[in-house]
Amino acid sequence: MKDLVKRYRKASINAVDGVSFDVRAGEFFALLGPNGAGKTTTISILTTTLTPTAGVVKIAGYDARREAAQVRRQVGIIFQTPSLDLNLSGEENIRFHAILYGLYPYRPAYRLMPGEYRRQVLELAGVLGMAEEVFRPVKKLSGGMKRKLEIIRGLLHRPRILFLDEPTAGLDAASRRNLWEYLRRVRAEYDVTILLTTHNLDEAEQADRICILDHGKVVALGTPAEVKSQLLEEHLILDAADRDQLRTELRRLEVDFQETGHFEVHLKGRSAQQVLRGLKTELTVLRTHSPTLEDAYLRILAGE
Amino acid sequence: MNAIAAVASRDVLKFFRDPARLAATFIFPFAIMALMGGTLQLNLGRSAGFNFIGFTFTGVLGMTIFQSSANGITSLMSDRQTDFAQSMFVSPISRYSIVFGKILGETLVALCTALPMIAFAVVLRVPLTPEQILLLGPVCLLCCFVGGAFGLVLLSMLTDERSSNQLFGFIFLPQFFLAGVFSPVSILPWYLEIFSLLSPLRYVVDLIRDVAYAGRAEYHKVVLFDAGLNLLAMATMFVIFMVVGTALFVRRETNR
Ligand SMILES: Nc1ncnc2c1ncn2[C@@H]1O[C@H](COP(=O)(O)OP(=O)(O)O)[C@@H](O)[C@H]1O
Ligand SMILES: [Mg+2]
Repeated sequence: MKDLVKRYRKASINAVDGVSFDVRAGEFFALLGPNGAGKTTTISILTTTLTPTAGVVKIAGYDARREAAQVRRQVGIIFQTPSLDLNLSGEENIRFHAILYGLYPYRPAYRLMPGEYRRQVLELAGVLGMAEEVFRPVKKLSGGMKRKLEIIRGLLHRPRILFLDEPTAGLDAASRRNLWEYLRRVRAEYDVTILLTTHNLDEAEQADRICILDHGKVVALGTPAEVKSQLLEEHLILDAADRDQLRTELRRLEVDFQETGHFEVHLKGRSAQQVLRGLKTELTVLRTHSPTLEDAYLRILAGE
Repeated sequence: MNAIAAVASRDVLKFFRDPARLAATFIFPFAIMALMGGTLQLNLGRSAGFNFIGFTFTGVLGMTIFQSSANGITSLMSDRQTDFAQSMFVSPISRYSIVFGKILGETLVALCTALPMIAFAVVLRVPLTPEQILLLGPVCLLCCFVGGAFGLVLLSMLTDERSSNQLFGFIFLPQFFLAGVFSPVSILPWYLEIFSLLSPLRYVVDLIRDVAYAGRAEYHKVVLFDAGLNLLAMATMFVIFMVVGTALFVRRETNR
């Protein structure tokens, strides 16, 4: 997608403001950002539920605006708000979905559905570890089970891309981890690209690549390691008995540093070795400080 | 076709699995019929010279199925935030299939509420011949279609803030009186007459009365237009509502 802009009707600012990124086939991509960052808006545009105000979106080669029907066939979606019909059983929810996607003809009962459909449901339910629960009324399922049910439903038409909007929101820690495990399995077995949104940093850190959104703009994009280096610099903490000599040497190397108790040297793309090689002073303190992604993320949240 | 059947059957299943809604849709019209019809009959019936229970029955029947199918459609609005409907909107089926499936489903639901009402009318000794009862079936079906199409237009007027509950006071309540659900509207001041003629519910209720009062002495006291005229009005409104409603709905869906 390129230069995506979305301004809601009657809104005075853009909810998504010139966002561009691409996701490669097979990738596990996380869209990270605080509440209101524009994640849901972005996903809605990618899945054709919203039309963008400006910009180009291509999904699996199709234009999201002009070829919406083709795009819809290529993607599976798990919404932020639960989208199961609570009056139906898990399998009935799946069945309606299958029929809407034109996979199977309409039949009023599970037993009357084609064997291929039943095989597929059982297989997916097995992969997601809910072989029995899938036939229960949705009302009686736990939050984690409901999410998994939505994932089964989303995978039924063999989409090439699975979108998940805050899939782990509202789940306890155990079900979160569990869901994550299953997502990995699904990705391995069905070879789908996964694009999910989260405001949880730990989750994003496990993705292949992340895109951090804030106020509708991309703040950082890349692998977790790249994002770290984009957002926060690694720095060296140095000190020496002869501080004047160290100061002179650092000036000569033209590195950026601050004296905050110790010397804090910002690497700005150089490696620690390059800096150290240029120093002859006997050092008393030598540490590298690698900021965590969390530091970076907190800085964004703090509004920097 | 499969998609339409799926959308429709989901509505019907949903209705039958919701005990509270089932009970409410059955009890409410009965209560009105028995109470209002009964009291009006005792107090006014003799001077008016016709059977008030029958009058209220036909009115409430029309009102219930009309409102039930119209409201069913407007639920598409709230559904899309919370419910399975949002996944319906991202599936590759066309918006037209959603609309038609939904109208079909809500029509079936409304018919399910009509059946026990007709049975109840027989118990209350509303004079109905077997032929009239049989004829009420297809008549109700047509009424539901008009209600569904009307709901579609309402749907396109709804916004997130303006819920379907608020519409009730503006759209349905006045129609109960303008369309003569409870009280005759054969004589109205001219300004109310205009609104009455614009109310789709008027033709729905009147068509039911055409059937229910056919061949009876009070036919001319109760019925406003003959069946053909009512059918024509309903058909015209149905077509207009469907075309306008579907167009507005599809436009809004693609342009949010
Ligand atoms: N339907 C809407 N109409 C107007 N503004 C909206 C609508 N939905 C979201 N917004 C606004 O757009 C911004 C981004 O929202 P959203 O995409 O839901 O963020 P996120 O999913 O990252 O929490 C927010 O400021 C929100 O208030
Ligand atoms: Mg969101």
